[in-house]
Amino acid sequence: MNAIVAEKMETQALIDYLASHEQKSLLRFLTCGSVDDGKSTLIGRLLYDTKLIFEDQLASIEKDSKKHGTVGDDIDLALLVDGLQAEREQGITIDVAYRFFTTDKRKFIVADTPGHEQYTRNMATGASNSDLAVILIDARKGILTQTRRHSFIVSLLGIKHVVLAVNKIDLMDYSQAVFDKIVADYKAFAADFGFETLQAIPMSARYGDNVLSRSEKMAWYDGPTLVEHLETVQIDQDLSDKPFRLQVQWVNRPDLNFRGFSGTIASGTIRPGDEIIVANSGKSSTLKSIVTYDGELPVAGAGQAVTLTLADEIDISRGDVLTGKEARPELSDQFQAHLIWMSDQELIPGRTLLIKIGAKTVSASVTEIKHKTDVNTFANLAAKTLKLNEVAVVNVALQEPVAFDTYADNHAMGAFIVIDRVTNLTLGAGMIDHGLRRATNVHWQALDVNKATRAAAKNQKPAVLWFTGLSGAGKSTIANLVEKKLLSLGHHTYLLDGDNVRHGLNKDLGFTDADRVENIRRVAEVSKLMVDAGLITLVSFISPFRAERQMAREMLADGEFIEIYVSTPLAVAEQRDVKGLYAKARAGEIKHFTGIDSPYEAPESQQLTLNTATQAPEQLAEKVVTYMIEHGLLGDGSDYMI
Amino acid sequence: MTITPERMTHLKRLEAESIFIMREVAAEFKNPVMLYSIGKDSSVMLHLAIKAFYPSKPPFPFMHVNTTWKFREMIKFRDDTAARLGLNLISHTNQEGVANNINPFDHGSNVFTNIMKTDALKQALTEHGFDAAFGGARRDEEKSRAKERIFSFRTQNHGWDPKNQRPELWNLYNARVKPGESIRVFPISNWTELDIWQYILMENIPIVPLYFAKKRPVVERGGQLIMVDDERLPLLPGEVPEMKSVRFRTLGDYPLTAAVESEADTLEEIVAEMLVARTSERAGRMIDHDEAGSMEKKKREGYF
Repeated sequence: MNAIVAEKMETQALIDYLASHEQKSLLRFLTCGSVDDGKSTLIGRLLYDTKLIFEDQLASIEKDSKKHGTVGDDIDLALLVDGLQAEREQGITIDVAYRFFTTDKRKFIVADTPGHEQYTRNMATGASNSDLAVILIDARKGILTQTRRHSFIVSLLGIKHVVLAVNKIDLMDYSQAVFDKIVADYKAFAADFGFETLQAIPMSARYGDNVLSRSEKMAWYDGPTLVEHLETVQIDQDLSDKPFRLQVQWVNRPDLNFRGFSGTIASGTIRPGDEIIVANSGKSSTLKSIVTYDGELPVAGAGQAVTLTLADEIDISRGDVLTGKEARPELSDQFQAHLIWMSDQELIPGRTLLIKIGAKTVSASVTEIKHKTDVNTFANLAAKTLKLNEVAVVNVALQEPVAFDTYADNHAMGAFIVIDRVTNLTLGAGMIDHGLRRATNVHWQALDVNKATRAAAKNQKPAVLWFTGLSGAGKSTIANLVEKKLLSLGHHTYLLDGDNVRHGLNKDLGFTDADRVENIRRVAEVSKLMVDAGLITLVSFISPFRAERQMAREMLADGEFIEIYVSTPLAVAEQRDVKGLYAKARAGEIKHFTGIDSPYEAPESQQLTLNTATQAPEQLAEKVVTYMIEHGLLGDGSDYMI
Repeated sequence: MTITPERMTHLKRLEAESIFIMREVAAEFKNPVMLYSIGKDSSVMLHLAIKAFYPSKPPFPFMHVNTTWKFREMIKFRDDTAARLGLNLISHTNQEGVANNINPFDHGSNVFTNIMKTDALKQALTEHGFDAAFGGARRDEEKSRAKERIFSFRTQNHGWDPKNQRPELWNLYNARVKPGESIRVFPISNWTELDIWQYILMENIPIVPLYFAKKRPVVERGGQLIMVDDERLPLLPGEVPEMKSVRFRTLGDYPLTAAVESEADTLEEIVAEMLVARTSERAGRMIDHDEAGSMEKKKREGYF
């Protein structure tokens, strides 16, 4: 481009040029392949051939080529794109990098993603915003396991357009037979992936054959070059023809006279006068105006960021989905989805997580892993947990119903991310397959006799005293003393501990992380019922994970959950070893023993800390009772009758 | 004939993406701020913020980290812009740095930038308790920027760990932080320098006059033209300021920002010059030249 533009460009010519540039469309694509396939070299070649490398950048690469380069005295174009110092030194690309180039017809954003198996999550990240994928194959090696993996992930993320870049064909004497065989092999296994276009191109990124310019060495190939194809491929942009959806991001309220709902139209087209339904509540109104800084619009379609005002005052907030009368989204609190796990921390079914879908963030849990899929062989395997980079089909239950479409129908309405609610890390990404309906809708009965009346009858406030700490810390000893004291004060109590729960209700559970989570989930549910019965419930469990204790806290009303950290140094607990368990764990006879080969996450937001190394159990039990009195938990319960 | 929606050209798509990001931040964070550095990228970012929340005003303050070495015309432009748009503008300077007379000549550009920019920014973010800060960085500027997230997580010490960033899929940004942690948000990540100029032209966005060529007093140092913006620039033996027709492709601290000789005094001519340019815009920023991978290092320390 730049080369074509003359040094002294006439103003009119420039204005014409800019006008044509303004009308360009945008294509986002990703490149998948490993370093060995020449992926970085290909991107370097695209930038170089479209003249997007400036002289100072080129000088810097020449300097780097001598230091890190892998192609002898030539300029190593790959160095242009391998960004971070650490990976430049290791010679691998470990993260998604975004590159930009433009031709006379289109502007391109390239997601440059690493190809190794351990970087499945990075590839999925790059694919999530792409319309097309360039899958690189080394002509010397043909279809490899990684080619299958890349194609699977590309298809999983719903990409419909694929370029098969058969690279390094120069090293195979520009052979048509080699190319034809690779293409035939590829088509055989990719037939089920639902790609709408599949363009195979023989090329040499290192020498530039069939990248921008046509190769003189492959007269037998009469298809487009890579750039020609990228410039002309028709990407399905029919989102404006689909049913109307807008996920409300922000309520726009500058003053009392204006109330608008800001968001980007996910799909469809709207005009003032159209009927608008709030998918989450079913309430309806009429579209009054489409407001933008550049004036009100007579019509707006998919991709436009707008602010809508309605004819009626109806309750709408962030996360609600606005839709038309016809073809409304599904509203459900359960769905089946494909899930890609992106964290070192395993997915354990039953654990409470956060899910962000559109502008809505809700508590949720994976209720079942139906099966995981081997990304290399596509085989479906049974799984109890999911590890980093694993892909599975799961059922998800949400705390409240949300409006969604299937991912296949509408990416913006069917995609979600999974967030850890303690660490706030993004743990995974999902694509909704379809909603699930409960066989029977279990609604809570609004009973005349309720928690408040039951508590009043017992003249107390119900609460959970949750004792957590290492095995042998002294939890049960203290809890027993507290229960005795409460009983002597005339209160109604119950103590849940390992002895009365693990032998009955939870006897099917072992000590893996997954079983520990389920163990605590059940104990939390039981204690919730006990609180509902009006009891002061003492729970004495190691409960090693913060997330589960947080889950128990959130099941109860504010102030009902009192977390008590029974703090004992591991060495002290191990020295006591009342039940001889530490000795067995050290000997390897017990696996997954907390403090030895399974972690204990100390509380960060506990109400009380009991230090058993400095005080006797009797004193500590007294401290708990004092806390309850000071916080009004042992009052007559009359103020609970609201 | 039915009216159909406007065609989404690449600039329209970039604009819509930036607006989407800004609305997410306004809705999800308690106390966001937009960093305003007065340059052309900031001008575009500000314009997008005005559009994103219209008819409301942007629901966050704007903050300028002032090293005290900015071009005088930049400060005037900043104050005029804030007044014209009625912005809540915070100007922050590292007073400790001022007290110690930290300047680019005696301390070198590295130490100077560290104290007057990076430290100053961290001070200001901590002082105001901002949990999100918009910055105008673009992925096409520099290699380590190409891997930056749109929502870039920072620890309580404002540090950036390139290996420990959250995966970012679709437009589902994870905005959750604990107290003291923050997110730097880059709403114009996907814009290129050419997109910025075209958009300025298309939307008629005001920019600092220093971008336009004019006779200005400059001295030549190490092959680069430095403008003598005030009397604080120490002249080396034999240096005599010369009047040359110059302009700036990037703006910052005047002793650290090189001018290019140019006659381009209209937006169209600037864009034309850009199209034939053979050096990338960061070449005018001396801080990048100091050591290999210097941008990555600065970012780890908390620079934008």
